[in-house]
Amino acid sequence: MTSNSQNKVREDFREILRLVRPGSRVLDVGCGEGALLDLLSHEKQVDGRGLEISASGVAACMARGLSVVQGDADLDLDHFPNRSFDYAVLSQTLQATRHPRHVLDELLRIADRAIVSFPNFGHWRVRWSLLSRGRMPETKALPMPWWSTPNIHLCTLADFLALTAELNLRVDACAAFAGAGPARPMNPASALENWRAETCLFMLSRNAATTQGNHPGGELPPVSGDLFDG
Amino acid sequence: MAALDLVTHAGGGTWRFPANEPLRLDSGAMLEGLEIGYRTYGELNADKSNAILICHALTGDQYVASPHPTTGKPGWWLRMIGPGKPLDPERHFIICTNVIGGCMGSTGPASINPATGKVYGLAFPVITIPDMVRAQAMLVSALGIETLFAVIGGSMGGMQAQQWAVDYPERVFSAVVLASASRHSAQNIAFHEVGRQAIMADPDWRGGAYAEHGVQPGKGLAVARMAAHITYLSEPALQRKFGRELKRDGLSWGFDADFQVESYLRHQGASFVDRFDANSYLYITRATDYFDIAASHGGVLAKAFTRARDVRFCVLSFTSDWLYPTAESRHLVRALTAAGARAAFAEIESDKGHDAFLLDEPVMDAALAGFLSSAERDRGLI
Repeated sequence: MTSNSQNKVREDFREILRLVRPGSRVLDVGCGEGALLDLLSHEKQVDGRGLEISASGVAACMARGLSVVQGDADLDLDHFPNRSFDYAVLSQTLQATRHPRHVLDELLRIADRAIVSFPNFGHWRVRWSLLSRGRMPETKALPMPWWSTPNIHLCTLADFLALTAELNLRVDACAAFAGAGPARPMNPASALENWRAETCLFMLSRNAATTQGNHPGGELPPVSGDLFDG
Repeated sequence: MAALDLVTHAGGGTWRFPANEPLRLDSGAMLEGLEIGYRTYGELNADKSNAILICHALTGDQYVASPHPTTGKPGWWLRMIGPGKPLDPERHFIICTNVIGGCMGSTGPASINPATGKVYGLAFPVITIPDMVRAQAMLVSALGIETLFAVIGGSMGGMQAQQWAVDYPERVFSAVVLASASRHSAQNIAFHEVGRQAIMADPDWRGGAYAEHGVQPGKGLAVARMAAHITYLSEPALQRKFGRELKRDGLSWGFDADFQVESYLRHQGASFVDRFDANSYLYITRATDYFDIAASHGGVLAKAFTRARDVRFCVLSFTSDWLYPTAESRHLVRALTAAGARAAFAEIESDKGHDAFLLDEPVMDAALAGFLSSAERDRGLI
């Protein structure tokens, strides 16, 4: 995760703020101490809920007045009703879940749109580190040694795209981050991006055919305007 | 100083309902001439939107922030109530009622049965948690309050808070459930049965009619309390507090209280007898054993809360609570989530056992204060 000073908003949070419609219902899965939910409630007046595994994180969220439930993305998403949120956010957590495919599928059962970010294992620094040193990479995006990292299901941008295709998901928006720099729109299908993007952020929804099949609620609401216009 | 302020703010007494307003019980019986002992702290605001109901636990009472009339001990939740604390009589109108079936001013088995002019004893009808809540709702209405800003309770009080949300969702803005469960487990029922059998095995119980004979089944009630008290503490807390420490040098080679823990439990039992009625203990433990919210909703807990999805819930459990373990709170929270209710839930790290909710737990204080102030903002109170 990117470390930032108190008053500086994380770049991926800034991007999520831009993607989320004001007044919508947002579930933040793995919400930590609630920084993103706090931002979303204050700046986008969202009706925010959170799921967080750590007791200290949940207690901090509750002290901030956020509706956060202590739980595990692998186990507790099943209890949320269909389409109870407009957005489900999973920030830098997918690679730490036991069943990423199930989690992603669940996010898009619970919410119309999933906003998912993850470190790209195809980034050139990761590849270089493995190639040159023959050791598990330790980079800015993946700072911990293999024996202590919570990341158990790392993937590349290309891997992730393949999974979205398998689940018949539509990419509504995507952005790349490097270091603590701002978001940059990217073409996820470009082979070059699989080298360049250090961290990727996607907004996904179900393709219409799947939507009809899985969600009797019918058509998704249209995304208003340019996704990156803030 | 804080205690003094509270006393000057305190009100309450005994509310007596007229005979034409009986309490309808789940058993089908009617309780006429219902009396409810209660205390209040603070002032009800002009639009009556700042009322908080605190629901007490099994052997608690309405003296949540005032000295107990029998023991003289300070209020049982003073650490949560007071100026600058999460429950603040400067801002909130705080109500605490003695549950029906109790023995501190509300109608219970030690009250006079209007039909016979004698103490009820076992003629008192069996009561349930929903009955307790129905009686509280009558009092809250009588005080002119339509909607409670919050219903808060730990343990059996948490059962009442859940029941309020289920039965009166439109009258509850937020509900706080501490160290509680949505049903009694086999183990919960088993421990209660030990306590009840201890009382009923005391020859002075006299089939529940001890009042008529001018005696008290004090020994049985004390044993019931001793057994129950162990379930309120965690093993590490007992070990830390007493270990194998002896009361005096050397063993007695007999059955005196050699160990500090024995002496402590004997004291807990003996002092409980001074302030609690044995039949009340039977009736109230029974009410908690019968408690099972899902049972009246097709066995599906989430269904019970579908009408309560606008209520804001705060659920807290404690890691070392083996009486109402975290799994029970999680079961409730999953049902609330499935019902689409707004819930906050945390398991708080503590080695103090079930009683942690009554003790110094700063993380609980911060979580509760955060939850309440956010609910106050939503309610337009601040």
